[in-house]
Amino acid sequence: MAQPVTTGNHRADDGGQPSAPALPDVPGSRSWQRAFGDLGAGWRQRSLWGYLGWQDIKQRYRRSVLGPLWISISMGVIATAMGILYGALFGEPIHTFLPYVATGLLIWNFVNGCILEGSEVFIANEGLIRFLPAPISLHVYRLLWRQTLFFLHNLVIWLLLVIVFPQPLSATVLLAVPAFLLLLINGGWLAMMSGIIATRFRDIPPIIASLTQLLFFMTPIVWSYERLKSNPLSAYVELNPVMHFVEIVRQPLLGQPIVWRHWAVVGAITVVGCAVSLICLRNYRSRVAYWV
Amino acid sequence: MTASTPPEPSIDIAGAAVDFPIFDAKTRSLKKAVLGRAGGRIGTDSKVPIIEALRDITLSLRRGARVALVGHNGAGKSTLLRLMSGIYEPTRGRAMVVGKVAPVFDLAVGMDPEISGLDNILIRGLFLGMTRKQMEARVDDIATFTELGDYLSMPLRTYSTGMRVRLALGVVTSIDPEILLLDEGIGAVDAEFLAKARTRLFELVERSGILVFASHSDEFLADLCDTAIWLEHGTVREHGPLREVLHHYKGRDVLAEMGR
Repeated sequence: MAQPVTTGNHRADDGGQPSAPALPDVPGSRSWQRAFGDLGAGWRQRSLWGYLGWQDIKQRYRRSVLGPLWISISMGVIATAMGILYGALFGEPIHTFLPYVATGLLIWNFVNGCILEGSEVFIANEGLIRFLPAPISLHVYRLLWRQTLFFLHNLVIWLLLVIVFPQPLSATVLLAVPAFLLLLINGGWLAMMSGIIATRFRDIPPIIASLTQLLFFMTPIVWSYERLKSNPLSAYVELNPVMHFVEIVRQPLLGQPIVWRHWAVVGAITVVGCAVSLICLRNYRSRVAYWV
Repeated sequence: MTASTPPEPSIDIAGAAVDFPIFDAKTRSLKKAVLGRAGGRIGTDSKVPIIEALRDITLSLRRGARVALVGHNGAGKSTLLRLMSGIYEPTRGRAMVVGKVAPVFDLAVGMDPEISGLDNILIRGLFLGMTRKQMEARVDDIATFTELGDYLSMPLRTYSTGMRVRLALGVVTSIDPEILLLDEGIGAVDAEFLAKARTRLFELVERSGILVFASHSDEFLADLCDTAIWLEHGTVREHGPLREVLHHYKGRDVLAEMGR
């Protein structure tokens, strides 16, 4: 496949080159065409990032007997321990609270992975970016795919808990699929935008790392939002965007009634986030190789 | 896929410049960007220092071009190769590259020590623009060439340096590039193997539409190239037939000394 690689922009501050041969009009470095072209070219290389994403997972558990099964096991241990601990603290019944905490945790793990690894997505791939020409979206796709694989491994715990402690599941469980897709899209724009900014300003990753720790406790994962409703301060929880993402995936997975307000918030964040991230991609895509 | 190649490979660069911003710990922090804006300019210009790696590069290469890049260390050879590969987009001017580019800058990049030699062959090939199927068809050929045998199923970390170079060379010389960009650093293998690699390297160059080769080895350049670009301080000092450019660059007729 011949893939035309075109580069260049039109800053007219160079005085013009009289000897320059007339080039066919190539879109500039800062054009929408090139930004979308990057996303498209990255998507077409899915056999590459698909393979790399798998390798990332297999790598982590290489030479261990259970391999990637450890993802599920460690998730199960943490979820059970936290479920029992916080269930006892808040006086919640274990058969509802344990699945609640576990489901919340597995969604949080995905969100957390996208936020943390997202800001380092280009910094971590410095070697590849500087030595191999590839669309920068390739690294974002690889990150999302890796996090999706982690999520699927963790989903085993949810399945086990739902079998052990039956939840009032209904057909709404299917809503978890579009909800997860929304999670993916948002992880994508966030990684792209924070990745680009963090490559330029290296203070961003530590800031983000400390913020996400705080975010974990602000999000109803190990505590229940419903129980706090009586407290007037609880309204501020709604200001935490992650809360809405957790809710849209968790509610269908636990058979809870669907609250459409969360979907509306997530939809709005998706639209705004994608737009801002695309502007970032358009303006600074070509600078990433210079900055890493 | 390679059989149907409607667009001819070509490289067109017009008035291109590549400027590297040099961020030290201070300028790369957000603090400075935010505070700097609020507090106004204090003393010296707070602009990021810039290295002009390439300036006013204008050239045009078509199918069949066999170009040597010569110049002193830091003249911009590697940067020009990366500009041609599309890794760097010019900060001023324009560059347009049509065709499947195979950049061979660092034999080790994209290699993973923890996975087997076979898996590394596949990944390296994918990075060089090949498809999975194409690479699977070439694995046997690479295995014979590298003489690694059963070692190919061992993790790469068990390989000696020489074996790694063999593997990397095996993959790189098995691909079908339209534009081949070579940056020296090919060597470090035993003489017998290098002789074998040479023939494969020549065959690779034969297959590729455009070759740009940066090297300090006159012999290699004379074998592979017919024209040359002499870079000096980031600009093209001379672009012409290999013999003339090398003569001016070295101050003596190097090709004649080699008896060509």
